[in-house]
Amino acid sequence: MAGSNPNAKPLNLTLKVWRQKNRNTNGQMVDYQVRDISQEMSFLEMLDVLNEDLLRKGEEPVAFDHDCREGICGSCNLFINGRAHGPEPGTTTCQLHMRKFNDGDTITIEPWRAEAFPVNKDLSVDRSAFDRIIQAGGYVSVNTGGVPDANEIPIPKSIADQAFDAATCIGCGACVAACKNASAMLFVSAKVSQLALLPQGQVERKQRVENMVAQMDKEGFGACTNIGSCAAECPVGISLENIAILNREFLAAKATSNNLA
Amino acid sequence: MSWLSNALTSSIGRKIIMAVTGLFLCSFLVIHLIGNLQLFKNDGGQAFNVYSHFMGTNPVIRTIEWVLVAGFVFHIYESIMLTRRNKAARGPQGYVVNHNEQNSPWQSRNMGILGTIILIFLLIHLYNFFYRARFGDLDPDINNNDDLYTLVVSSFHQWWYVLLYVLAQIALAYHLIHGFKSAFQTLGLTHRKYTPFITYFGYAFSIIVCAGFAVMPLYFFFIK
Repeated sequence: MAGSNPNAKPLNLTLKVWRQKNRNTNGQMVDYQVRDISQEMSFLEMLDVLNEDLLRKGEEPVAFDHDCREGICGSCNLFINGRAHGPEPGTTTCQLHMRKFNDGDTITIEPWRAEAFPVNKDLSVDRSAFDRIIQAGGYVSVNTGGVPDANEIPIPKSIADQAFDAATCIGCGACVAACKNASAMLFVSAKVSQLALLPQGQVERKQRVENMVAQMDKEGFGACTNIGSCAAECPVGISLENIAILNREFLAAKATSNNLA
Repeated sequence: MSWLSNALTSSIGRKIIMAVTGLFLCSFLVIHLIGNLQLFKNDGGQAFNVYSHFMGTNPVIRTIEWVLVAGFVFHIYESIMLTRRNKAARGPQGYVVNHNEQNSPWQSRNMGILGTIILIFLLIHLYNFFYRARFGDLDPDINNNDDLYTLVVSSFHQWWYVLLYVLAQIALAYHLIHGFKSAFQTLGLTHRKYTPFITYFGYAFSIIVCAGFAVMPLYFFFIK
């Protein structure tokens, strides 16, 4: 493995972890000690070690969300030492490695905090508000038929690249977690601009932005104040320019759509 | 017209009102600064008093004055509505450890505090100069204009008043450094050709305008 050091000293760490039984109870920070953590472990593997220790002791393991463990699914949402996905830029929690920490460190681990992301249990949060925003318009309706020929719809390379950059959003919610206002606008703007840039997205363009913003507001997310925490913490580097595109799309749709509501 | 009220009370709609009123208030700052530069004319305040008489009596100015009041009222009202929404969105349980100073500039996270400092300053400023010029009984100068200049000079000879002005201008500068470029972002006016210029212009605008205002009390306190 490039860059790894098998002789690196294992770490002994103190963890301060948010424990909460369920949505209806109050939680609190609980201290745990973990020993002999390999520096080559990912942060999630370190939590697996903690959970094995807890199970051996007959205690309830810490619930946390995870799935692919390769930075694609956007599940592993932990607020580590006061930063979404920890202090490393451009990484999800599963891509954060224990070599970024020092022996004897105390690490604070909290769930995403937002009114629209209720805590299910411990570090696991319910992000279905994002799903409902996508259901409100984050799609292109397709009449299924024959397979279209490749390059049947010409799209300039620069536009395709810009749309792809927006499409890399994995919907993890780090933008909401990091934002002082718990605003979901980086997420919504990535989805809106991705489809607004492409010819396939034109038919539903106006109703898409109107409905997605309405759903975003209904879910109780805050309003962007252009702080930039979201883009700074985004593991895939979604640009703030998407929020400007969202604002532009919203303004244009509200001024010209046939929707009187 | 429900579509319009729905649009303007949505999260983005309120932001757009913040941006439009904010840029309008920036234009007011420019006019106010240029007019007040007459304080530096070495004529015992005659030119400044002619200017303030014009501003207090010209019907066009008196009409725009109400637009200016509306600009302030909407800017403040929307900031309260947005802050309430955003506080509610964050939820009651905050982070135990939160290092947002590592991912965003201080002034961008504290626009409300900066705005409140500016509002307090504005109320004192309006009472001391605007209210007394419009509704008080100032002595006439040699051209028979109200002698606002003498009031300005005497105010700016009090150290605490000068300090208040300078602190308020520092707060305003930070408010504008975030607010100016932020307004363009909110209005969707971004472009790779123009956004860098808007950002640098915003910095220059904030510092030049606020330094210009801050120089006035300092000039009278230390030099005049």
